[in-house]
Amino acid sequence: MHALRKNHPLRRIVLASAATVSGMVLLLSLKPHTTPAVAVTARSTAPAVQGTQTVTGDTIQTRWGPVQVRVTVKDGKLTEVTAVTYPTDNPRDQEINSYALPRLRSEALQAQSADIDTVSGATYTSDGYRQSLQSALDSADS
Amino acid sequence: MGTVFSFDVRGGEPLAVQAALREAVAGLHRVNEVFSTYRDDSQVSRLARGELTVDDCDREVAEVLELGAEAERLSDGWFSMRYEGRLDPTGIVKGWAVERAARRVAESGATGVSVNGGGDVQLLGVPGPERPWRVGVSDPLRPGGLAAVVSAAGATELAVATSGTAERGAHIVDPRTGRSAVTDLLAVTVVAPTITWADCWATAAFAMGSREGLAWLEALPDTEALLITAGDEVLITGGLAARLG
Repeated sequence: MHALRKNHPLRRIVLASAATVSGMVLLLSLKPHTTPAVAVTARSTAPAVQGTQTVTGDTIQTRWGPVQVRVTVKDGKLTEVTAVTYPTDNPRDQEINSYALPRLRSEALQAQSADIDTVSGATYTSDGYRQSLQSALDSADS
Repeated sequence: MGTVFSFDVRGGEPLAVQAALREAVAGLHRVNEVFSTYRDDSQVSRLARGELTVDDCDREVAEVLELGAEAERLSDGWFSMRYEGRLDPTGIVKGWAVERAARRVAESGATGVSVNGGGDVQLLGVPGPERPWRVGVSDPLRPGGLAAVVSAAGATELAVATSGTAERGAHIVDPRTGRSAVTDLLAVTVVAPTITWADCWATAAFAMGSREGLAWLEALPDTEALLITAGDEVLITGGLAARLG
């Protein structure tokens, strides 16, 4: 229904999902220790907001603790991804965070610059970070 | 960790699309209940223990087992539904579930559907009049980077599957030895019309290694591939270049 527009680069962020009329992110547990969760997001079709916007995504509960991601969008383009809440209870958490957070940022920025809809292959960042990132992008876009 | 399924849906009547999405999601949860080998009470676990026959199971179980048997035959046993001697159709279930979910959403009238299940992607239709679906292939040696971008231009159905050691450590078993596949490959990406087969072929070719895997993939109809070796060589089938964008 709606073409992908050049002035709407956020649409191309596809770490989780981006759609015009309806899109969604679904976590499906193929192993028993993860609680299945479903989040459906409908996206608006408004043009990209000009200027700088900082938007914080939903807090997503993971089995390690809550995670929450914040994005900065300048003239409709993603410029920064940071985590505002993440598990820090033990050294393993800190190890995962030191690995996952820079990677999340790198993947998000790369997906945008390559003008792609989705990625096949290795994914390094946890589901919680992706889900929070997507909710932030959804909010920033409308 | 569970697997993330992402849907990207374009066009269609919003209420019909939403209803189809809900059905597709419910279908995925049902697949998990029926097929998970991590749940002792799943039909597949009970089937593996001999507590159920195929006829006792949901009809999808027979459907998946038939597809898996065909994949075993066409791959000369390199794709396998057995793990440590036990029935384990996990290798075909994910791709099959992704394809089924994508088709369910497309039936609702959506003009473009992309479903990504843990890195296995089924594309149907187009995202918009001016642009085809574009899928990044992640680079196993440069985390966060892309090895290639596959364009679905001109195809109304296209799937991209990647098998490798990068995502969750070594998880591909050589069906001949029962151990982790000894391979010179880091990743195999297969591009074919449907993800059910693309995923099986990527798994089989990964276990074969670069030399045999590339030759075998080259001979499969409607199938192109990109293989990345541990030495950072990139090998592609003859027709892949036309799909790179």
